Amino acid sequence: MMDNAIEVKGLRKNYKGFSLRNVSFVLPQGTIMGLVGPNGAGKTTIIKLILNLVRKSGGEIRVFGLDHLHNEAEIKSRIGFVHESPAYIEDATLNDLKAAIAPFYGKWNESLFRSLLAEFELPADKKFKKLSHGMKMKFQIALALSHDADLLIMDEPTSGLDPVFRRELLERLSALMQDERKSVLFSTHITSDLERTADYITFVHEGEIVLSKSRDEIKETWAVVKGPVEQLTGERRILLKGIRTTAFGFEGLTGDIPAARRAFGSAAVIDRASIEDIMIFMDRGNNHA
Amino acid sequence: MKIIISNSSPDPIYEQINRQLKAQIISGDLAEGDALPSIRKLAQELQISVITTKRAYDELEREGFINTVGSKGSFVAVQNQELLREKKMKLVEEKLAAAVAEARLMGIGLDHLQETLRLLYQEYE
Repeated sequence: MMDNAIEVKGLRKNYKGFSLRNVSFVLPQGTIMGLVGPNGAGKTTIIKLILNLVRKSGGEIRVFGLDHLHNEAEIKSRIGFVHESPAYIEDATLNDLKAAIAPFYGKWNESLFRSLLAEFELPADKKFKKLSHGMKMKFQIALALSHDADLLIMDEPTSGLDPVFRRELLERLSALMQDERKSVLFSTHITSDLERTADYITFVHEGEIVLSKSRDEIKETWAVVKGPVEQLTGERRILLKGIRTTAFGFEGLTGDIPAARRAFGSAAVIDRASIEDIMIFMDRGNNHA
Repeated sequence: MKIIISNSSPDPIYEQINRQLKAQIISGDLAEGDALPSIRKLAQELQISVITTKRAYDELEREGFINTVGSKGSFVAVQNQELLREKKMKLVEEKLAAAVAEARLMGIGLDHLQETLRLLYQEYE
Protein backbone atom coordinates (compact mmCIF):
# COMPACT_ATOMS: atom_id res chain seq x y z
CA MET A 1 0.00 0.00 0.00
CA MET A 2 1.34 3.37 -1.01
CA ASP A 3 1.71 5.95 1.75
CA ASN A 4 0.56 9.48 1.25
CA ALA A 5 2.91 12.44 1.32
CA ILE A 6 0.05 14.88 1.86
CA GLU A 7 -3.55 14.36 2.93
CA VAL A 8 -5.85 17.34 3.09
CA LYS A 9 -9.39 16.87 4.36
CA GLY A 10 -12.14 19.49 4.57
CA LEU A 11 -9.65 22.34 4.77
CA ARG A 12 -11.13 25.80 5.27
CA LYS A 13 -9.71 29.29 5.48
CA ASN A 14 -11.78 32.44 5.77
CA TYR A 15 -10.40 35.76 4.68
CA LYS A 16 -12.33 38.93 4.19
CA GLY A 17 -13.65 38.69 0.66
CA PHE A 18 -12.13 35.26 -0.04
CA SER A 19 -12.56 31.88 1.46
CA LEU A 20 -11.17 28.44 0.82
CA ARG A 21 -14.00 25.94 1.18
CA ASN A 22 -13.88 22.22 1.88
CA VAL A 23 -10.56 21.53 0.19
CA SER A 24 -9.65 17.83 0.10
CA PHE A 25 -7.01 15.99 -1.88
CA VAL A 26 -4.33 13.33 -1.50
CA LEU A 27 -0.78 13.32 -2.85
CA PRO A 28 0.54 9.72 -2.84
CA GLN A 29 4.21 9.28 -2.02
CA GLY A 30 6.47 8.98 -5.04
CA THR A 31 4.36 11.16 -7.30
CA ILE A 32 4.18 14.71 -8.64
CA MET A 33 1.02 16.78 -8.27
CA GLY A 34 0.34 20.03 -10.09
CA LEU A 35 -1.97 22.54 -8.47
CA VAL A 36 -3.54 24.60 -11.23
CA GLY A 37 -6.04 27.40 -11.43
CA PRO A 38 -6.36 31.03 -12.40
CA ASN A 39 -4.66 33.72 -10.33
CA GLY A 40 -6.48 34.26 -7.05
CA ALA A 41 -8.05 30.78 -7.07
CA GLY A 42 -6.44 29.84 -3.75
CA LYS A 43 -3.36 27.84 -4.82
CA THR A 44 -0.92 29.84 -2.70
CA THR A 45 -3.30 29.82 0.25
CA ILE A 46 -3.45 26.02 0.16
CA ILE A 47 0.35 25.83 0.12
CA LYS A 48 0.69 28.32 2.96
CA LEU A 49 -1.84 26.35 5.02
CA ILE A 50 0.05 23.09 4.52
CA LEU A 51 3.24 24.80 5.73
CA ASN A 52 1.30 26.47 8.55
CA LEU A 53 2.43 29.91 7.36
CA VAL A 54 -1.17 30.99 7.83
CA ARG A 55 -3.58 29.53 10.35
CA LYS A 56 -6.34 27.29 9.04
CA SER A 57 -9.97 28.00 9.94
CA GLY A 58 -10.82 24.29 9.94
CA GLY A 59 -10.10 20.89 8.45
CA GLU A 60 -7.25 18.43 8.65
CA ILE A 61 -3.78 18.37 7.07
CA ARG A 62 -1.40 15.43 7.38
CA VAL A 63 2.10 15.44 5.91
CA PHE A 64 4.05 12.13 5.86
CA GLY A 65 1.07 10.82 7.84
CA LEU A 66 1.73 13.31 10.66
CA ASP A 67 -0.46 16.17 11.83
CA HIS A 68 0.96 19.35 10.33
CA LEU A 69 0.61 21.33 13.59
CA HIS A 70 1.73 18.77 16.19
CA ASN A 71 4.72 17.61 14.17
CA GLU A 72 5.54 20.86 12.45
CA ALA A 73 9.30 20.84 13.15
CA GLU A 74 9.84 17.27 11.97
CA ILE A 75 7.74 17.80 8.87
CA LYS A 76 9.51 20.99 7.92
CA SER A 77 12.97 19.45 8.15
CA ARG A 78 11.86 17.04 5.42
CA ILE A 79 10.27 19.65 3.14
CA GLY A 80 11.95 21.82 0.54
CA PHE A 81 9.95 24.96 -0.12
CA VAL A 82 10.40 27.07 -3.22
CA HIS A 83 8.36 30.21 -3.55
CA GLU A 84 7.74 33.02 -5.94
CA SER A 85 9.03 35.87 -3.81
CA PRO A 86 11.45 34.50 -1.21
CA ALA A 87 12.02 36.78 1.77
CA TYR A 88 15.77 36.42 2.26
CA ILE A 89 18.03 39.16 3.57
CA GLU A 90 18.65 41.18 0.45
CA ASP A 91 22.23 42.19 1.26
CA ALA A 92 23.44 38.69 2.16
CA THR A 93 25.47 36.71 -0.33
CA LEU A 94 24.36 33.24 -1.40
CA ASN A 95 27.13 31.81 0.78
CA ASP A 96 25.88 33.77 3.84
CA LEU A 97 22.35 32.55 3.25
CA LYS A 98 23.48 28.96 2.86
CA ALA A 99 25.50 29.20 6.09
CA ALA A 100 22.41 30.47 7.90
CA ILE A 101 20.03 27.88 6.43
CA ALA A 102 22.07 24.67 6.23
CA PRO A 103 22.34 24.04 10.03
CA PHE A 104 18.55 23.62 10.20
CA TYR A 105 18.77 20.48 8.16
CA GLY A 106 20.21 17.21 9.41
CA LYS A 107 20.83 15.89 5.93
CA TRP A 108 22.66 18.85 4.40
CA ASN A 109 24.84 17.83 1.44
CA GLU A 110 27.49 20.51 0.92
CA SER A 111 29.14 19.00 -2.13
CA LEU A 112 25.79 18.58 -3.87
CA PHE A 113 25.00 22.22 -3.08
CA ARG A 114 28.35 23.33 -4.57
CA SER A 115 27.80 21.35 -7.74
CA LEU A 116 24.24 22.65 -8.12
CA LEU A 117 25.44 26.25 -7.78
CA ALA A 118 27.98 25.58 -10.50
CA GLU A 119 25.45 23.86 -12.68
CA PHE A 120 22.90 26.66 -12.26
CA GLU A 121 25.65 29.27 -12.82
CA LEU A 122 25.06 30.94 -9.46
CA PRO A 123 28.14 32.69 -8.00
CA ALA A 124 28.30 32.00 -4.23
CA ASP A 125 29.64 35.49 -3.45
CA LYS A 126 26.81 37.29 -5.26
CA LYS A 127 24.30 39.25 -3.16
CA PHE A 128 20.78 37.88 -3.15
CA LYS A 129 19.28 41.18 -4.26
CA LYS A 130 21.47 41.14 -7.37
CA LEU A 131 19.90 37.92 -8.61
CA SER A 132 17.33 37.89 -11.40
CA HIS A 133 13.98 36.26 -10.71
CA GLY A 134 15.04 33.09 -12.46
CA MET A 135 18.29 32.94 -10.47
CA LYS A 136 16.38 33.35 -7.20
CA MET A 137 14.28 30.36 -8.20
CA LYS A 138 17.35 28.33 -9.06
CA PHE A 139 18.98 29.21 -5.74
CA GLN A 140 15.95 28.02 -3.79
CA ILE A 141 15.80 24.83 -5.82
CA ALA A 142 19.49 24.24 -5.10
CA LEU A 143 18.81 24.70 -1.36
CA ALA A 144 15.83 22.35 -1.43
CA LEU A 145 17.68 19.62 -3.31
CA SER A 146 20.78 19.94 -1.11
CA HIS A 147 18.99 18.98 2.08
CA ASP A 148 17.56 15.89 0.45
CA ALA A 149 13.94 16.91 1.04
CA ASP A 150 11.37 14.11 0.86
CA LEU A 151 8.71 16.55 -0.25
CA LEU A 152 9.22 19.54 -2.51
CA ILE A 153 6.53 22.18 -2.29
CA MET A 154 6.87 24.83 -4.93
CA ASP A 155 4.70 27.88 -5.42
CA GLU A 156 4.79 28.92 -9.08
CA PRO A 157 8.39 27.71 -9.51
CA THR A 158 8.35 28.10 -13.27
CA SER A 159 6.86 31.58 -13.53
CA GLY A 160 9.47 34.00 -14.80
CA LEU A 161 11.72 31.22 -16.05
CA ASP A 162 12.61 30.87 -19.70
CA PRO A 163 11.41 27.73 -21.52
CA VAL A 164 14.88 26.20 -21.54
CA PHE A 165 15.32 26.34 -17.78
CA ARG A 166 11.68 25.36 -17.25
CA ARG A 167 12.35 22.18 -19.16
CA GLU A 168 15.55 21.66 -17.20
CA LEU A 169 13.67 22.05 -13.93
CA LEU A 170 11.03 19.55 -15.01
CA GLU A 171 13.73 17.09 -16.03
CA ARG A 172 15.36 17.55 -12.65
CA LEU A 173 12.04 16.80 -10.99
CA SER A 174 11.59 13.57 -12.91
CA ALA A 175 15.17 12.62 -12.07
CA LEU A 176 14.32 13.21 -8.41
CA MET A 177 11.34 10.90 -8.79
CA GLN A 178 13.65 7.93 -9.42
CA ASP A 179 13.57 7.72 -5.64
CA GLU A 180 10.07 6.54 -4.88
CA ARG A 181 10.04 8.11 -1.43
CA LYS A 182 10.16 11.61 -2.93
CA SER A 183 7.05 13.63 -3.72
CA VAL A 184 6.41 16.99 -5.31
CA LEU A 185 3.53 19.45 -5.03
CA PHE A 186 3.76 22.47 -7.28
CA SER A 187 1.40 25.22 -8.24
CA THR A 188 1.49 26.75 -11.67
CA HIS A 189 -0.61 28.56 -14.19
CA ILE A 190 1.68 27.39 -17.00
CA THR A 191 -0.31 24.32 -17.84
CA SER A 192 2.17 22.97 -20.39
CA ASP A 193 4.42 22.18 -17.41
CA LEU A 194 1.84 19.63 -16.35
CA GLU A 195 0.89 18.25 -19.71
CA ARG A 196 3.23 15.29 -19.37
CA THR A 197 5.22 15.20 -16.15
CA ALA A 198 2.54 15.56 -13.48
CA ASP A 199 1.08 12.34 -12.13
CA TYR A 200 -1.88 14.07 -10.50
CA ILE A 201 -3.55 17.36 -11.31
CA THR A 202 -5.69 19.32 -8.90
CA PHE A 203 -7.77 22.18 -10.27
CA VAL A 204 -8.54 25.00 -7.88
CA HIS A 205 -11.20 27.54 -8.73
CA GLU A 206 -12.55 30.31 -6.53
CA GLY A 207 -11.44 28.62 -3.33
CA GLU A 208 -12.71 25.16 -4.17
CA ILE A 209 -11.25 22.00 -5.67
CA VAL A 210 -13.02 21.40 -8.96
CA LEU A 211 -11.11 18.25 -9.84
CA SER A 212 -8.26 16.20 -8.38
CA LYS A 213 -7.36 13.13 -10.43
CA SER A 214 -4.50 11.41 -12.18
CA ARG A 215 -3.36 13.18 -15.32
CA ASP A 216 -4.22 10.15 -17.45
CA GLU A 217 -7.71 9.88 -16.06
CA ILE A 218 -8.31 13.57 -16.72
CA LYS A 219 -6.99 13.33 -20.25
CA GLU A 220 -9.24 10.35 -20.94
CA THR A 221 -12.37 11.84 -19.40
CA TRP A 222 -12.44 15.33 -20.81
CA ALA A 223 -12.84 16.48 -24.39
CA VAL A 224 -13.74 19.58 -26.36
CA VAL A 225 -16.82 19.29 -28.56
CA LYS A 226 -17.04 21.58 -31.58
CA GLY A 227 -19.74 21.93 -34.20
CA PRO A 228 -22.17 24.18 -36.02
CA VAL A 229 -24.37 26.31 -33.74
CA GLU A 230 -27.67 24.86 -35.04
CA GLN A 231 -26.62 21.45 -33.69
CA LEU A 232 -26.51 22.82 -30.17
CA THR A 233 -29.97 21.76 -29.00
CA GLY A 234 -31.15 22.06 -25.41
CA GLU A 235 -30.48 18.44 -24.43
CA ARG A 236 -27.06 18.50 -26.02
CA ARG A 237 -26.28 21.77 -24.29
CA ILE A 238 -26.55 20.23 -20.80
CA LEU A 239 -23.69 17.86 -21.61
CA LEU A 240 -21.30 20.75 -22.09
CA LYS A 241 -19.51 23.19 -19.80
CA GLY A 242 -18.23 26.66 -20.65
CA ILE A 243 -19.97 26.80 -24.03
CA ARG A 244 -18.70 29.48 -26.37
CA THR A 245 -20.49 30.28 -29.61
CA THR A 246 -19.24 32.33 -32.53
CA ALA A 247 -20.62 33.10 -35.96
CA PHE A 248 -18.94 29.92 -37.18
CA GLY A 249 -19.81 27.40 -34.54
CA PHE A 250 -19.82 26.40 -30.89
CA GLU A 251 -17.34 24.74 -28.59
CA GLY A 252 -17.81 23.28 -25.14
CA LEU A 253 -16.13 20.95 -22.67
CA THR A 254 -17.50 17.53 -21.80
CA GLY A 255 -16.59 15.22 -18.95
CA ASP A 256 -18.52 12.32 -20.46
CA ILE A 257 -17.10 11.53 -23.88
CA PRO A 258 -19.30 8.46 -24.62
CA ALA A 259 -22.47 10.43 -23.80
CA ALA A 260 -21.33 13.33 -25.97
CA ARG A 261 -20.54 10.92 -28.79
CA ARG A 262 -24.00 9.37 -28.53
CA ALA A 263 -25.77 12.73 -28.36
CA PHE A 264 -23.89 14.50 -31.12
CA GLY A 265 -23.09 11.59 -33.42
CA SER A 266 -21.50 13.01 -36.53
CA ALA A 267 -22.89 16.49 -35.84
CA ALA A 268 -19.78 17.58 -33.94
CA VAL A 269 -16.06 17.01 -33.69
CA ILE A 270 -14.76 15.64 -30.39
CA ASP A 271 -11.14 16.57 -29.63
CA ARG A 272 -8.95 15.61 -26.72
CA ALA A 273 -8.81 18.47 -24.21
CA SER A 274 -5.50 19.90 -23.06
CA ILE A 275 -5.05 20.80 -19.40
CA GLU A 276 -5.30 24.43 -20.48
CA ASP A 277 -8.59 23.78 -22.30
CA ILE A 278 -10.03 22.22 -19.16
CA MET A 279 -8.90 25.13 -17.00
CA ILE A 280 -10.30 27.76 -19.37
CA PHE A 281 -13.62 26.05 -20.10
CA MET A 282 -14.22 25.30 -16.41
CA ASP A 283 -13.47 28.88 -15.53
CA ARG A 284 -15.91 30.09 -18.15
CA GLY A 285 -18.49 27.51 -17.13
CA ASN A 286 -18.41 28.46 -13.50
CA ASN A 287 -18.67 32.15 -14.21
CA HIS A 288 -21.33 32.23 -16.85
CA ALA A 289 -23.33 29.05 -16.34
CA MET B 1 13.87 -0.98 -27.22
CA LYS B 2 12.44 2.00 -29.06
CA ILE B 3 9.49 4.14 -28.01
CA ILE B 4 8.26 7.26 -29.75
CA ILE B 5 5.51 9.19 -28.00
CA SER B 6 3.34 11.42 -30.14
CA ASN B 7 1.54 14.25 -28.40
CA SER B 8 -0.79 14.75 -31.34
CA SER B 9 -1.88 11.12 -31.54
CA PRO B 10 -5.48 10.51 -30.47
CA ASP B 11 -4.30 7.38 -28.62
CA PRO B 12 -3.48 7.72 -24.93
CA ILE B 13 0.24 7.58 -24.11
CA TYR B 14 0.02 4.26 -22.21
CA GLU B 15 -1.54 2.70 -25.29
CA GLN B 16 1.23 4.04 -27.53
CA ILE B 17 3.83 2.44 -25.25
CA ASN B 18 1.85 -0.77 -24.99
CA ARG B 19 1.45 -1.10 -28.76
CA GLN B 20 5.08 -0.32 -29.58
CA LEU B 21 6.48 -2.74 -27.00
CA LYS B 22 4.10 -5.45 -28.13
CA ALA B 23 5.18 -5.01 -31.73
CA GLN B 24 8.84 -5.28 -30.71
CA ILE B 25 8.18 -8.43 -28.69
CA ILE B 26 6.23 -10.07 -31.50
CA SER B 27 8.86 -9.14 -34.08
CA GLY B 28 11.61 -10.51 -31.83
CA ASP B 29 13.43 -7.18 -31.46
CA LEU B 30 12.85 -7.67 -27.76
CA ALA B 31 13.76 -11.23 -26.88
CA GLU B 32 12.55 -13.48 -24.10
CA GLY B 33 14.17 -12.58 -20.82
CA ASP B 34 15.24 -9.09 -21.93
CA ALA B 35 15.02 -6.62 -19.08
CA LEU B 36 12.78 -3.58 -19.48
CA PRO B 37 13.63 -0.27 -17.80
CA SER B 38 11.88 0.35 -14.48
CA ILE B 39 8.62 2.32 -14.61
CA ARG B 40 10.36 5.29 -13.00
CA LYS B 41 13.30 5.18 -15.40
CA LEU B 42 10.99 4.94 -18.40
CA ALA B 43 8.87 7.82 -17.07
CA GLN B 44 11.96 9.95 -16.67
CA GLU B 45 13.33 9.16 -20.11
CA LEU B 46 10.02 9.79 -21.86
CA GLN B 47 9.14 12.74 -19.59
CA ILE B 48 5.79 11.28 -18.70
CA SER B 49 3.94 10.32 -15.55
CA VAL B 50 4.93 7.17 -13.64
CA ILE B 51 1.25 6.31 -13.51
CA THR B 52 1.26 6.13 -17.30
CA THR B 53 4.28 3.83 -17.53
CA LYS B 54 2.94 1.64 -14.72
CA ARG B 55 -0.34 1.27 -16.56
CA ALA B 56 1.41 0.31 -19.81
CA TYR B 57 3.45 -2.36 -18.00
CA ASP B 58 0.43 -3.63 -16.06
CA GLU B 59 -1.48 -4.21 -19.29
CA LEU B 60 1.48 -5.91 -20.98
CA GLU B 61 1.75 -8.17 -17.96
CA ARG B 62 -1.95 -8.98 -18.01
CA GLU B 63 -1.68 -9.87 -21.70
CA GLY B 64 1.23 -12.17 -20.94
CA PHE B 65 3.93 -10.23 -22.78
CA ILE B 66 6.06 -9.36 -19.77
CA ASN B 67 6.66 -10.57 -16.21
CA THR B 68 7.34 -8.35 -13.26
CA VAL B 69 9.54 -9.96 -10.64
CA GLY B 70 9.18 -8.13 -7.34
CA SER B 71 12.01 -5.66 -6.95
CA LYS B 72 14.06 -7.08 -9.84
CA GLY B 73 11.99 -5.32 -12.45
CA SER B 74 10.15 -6.36 -15.59
CA PHE B 75 11.25 -8.83 -18.24
CA VAL B 76 9.96 -10.00 -21.58
CA ALA B 77 7.99 -13.15 -20.80
CA VAL B 78 8.67 -16.54 -22.30
CA GLN B 79 6.34 -16.59 -25.26
CA ASN B 80 4.14 -19.55 -25.86
CA GLN B 81 4.74 -20.29 -29.57
CA GLU B 82 1.12 -21.06 -30.31
CA LEU B 83 -0.01 -17.96 -28.49
CA LEU B 84 2.57 -15.89 -30.28
CA ARG B 85 1.31 -17.18 -33.62
CA GLU B 86 -2.21 -16.28 -32.61
CA LYS B 87 -1.11 -12.79 -31.60
CA LYS B 88 0.70 -12.32 -34.88
CA MET B 89 -2.36 -13.52 -36.76
CA LYS B 90 -4.43 -11.02 -34.86
CA LEU B 91 -2.05 -8.28 -35.91
CA VAL B 92 -2.42 -9.33 -39.55
CA GLU B 93 -6.21 -9.36 -39.20
CA GLU B 94 -6.20 -5.88 -37.73
CA LYS B 95 -4.20 -4.54 -40.66
CA LEU B 96 -6.42 -6.31 -43.18
CA ALA B 97 -9.50 -4.94 -41.45
CA ALA B 98 -8.08 -1.43 -41.77
CA ALA B 99 -7.46 -2.02 -45.47
CA VAL B 100 -11.00 -3.36 -45.92
CA ALA B 101 -12.47 -0.33 -44.19
CA GLU B 102 -10.47 1.98 -46.42
CA ALA B 103 -11.50 0.02 -49.52
CA ARG B 104 -15.18 0.15 -48.61
CA LEU B 105 -14.89 3.89 -48.13
CA MET B 106 -13.56 4.16 -51.67
CA GLY B 107 -16.19 1.81 -53.05
CA ILE B 108 -13.68 -0.87 -54.02
CA GLY B 109 -15.38 -4.26 -54.37
CA LEU B 110 -14.33 -7.57 -52.82
CA ASP B 111 -13.18 -9.02 -56.16
CA HIS B 112 -10.92 -6.09 -56.86
CA LEU B 113 -9.58 -6.23 -53.31
CA GLN B 114 -8.87 -9.96 -53.48
CA GLU B 115 -7.07 -9.47 -56.77
CA THR B 116 -4.94 -6.67 -55.25
CA LEU B 117 -4.12 -8.86 -52.25
CA ARG B 118 -3.16 -11.77 -54.49
CA LEU B 119 -0.80 -9.55 -56.52
CA LEU B 120 0.77 -8.07 -53.40
CA TYR B 121 1.22 -11.52 -51.88
CA GLN B 122 3.03 -12.78 -54.98
CA GLU B 123 5.22 -9.70 -55.06
CA TYR B 124 6.63 -10.56 -51.63
CA GLU B 125 7.42 -14.17 -52.49
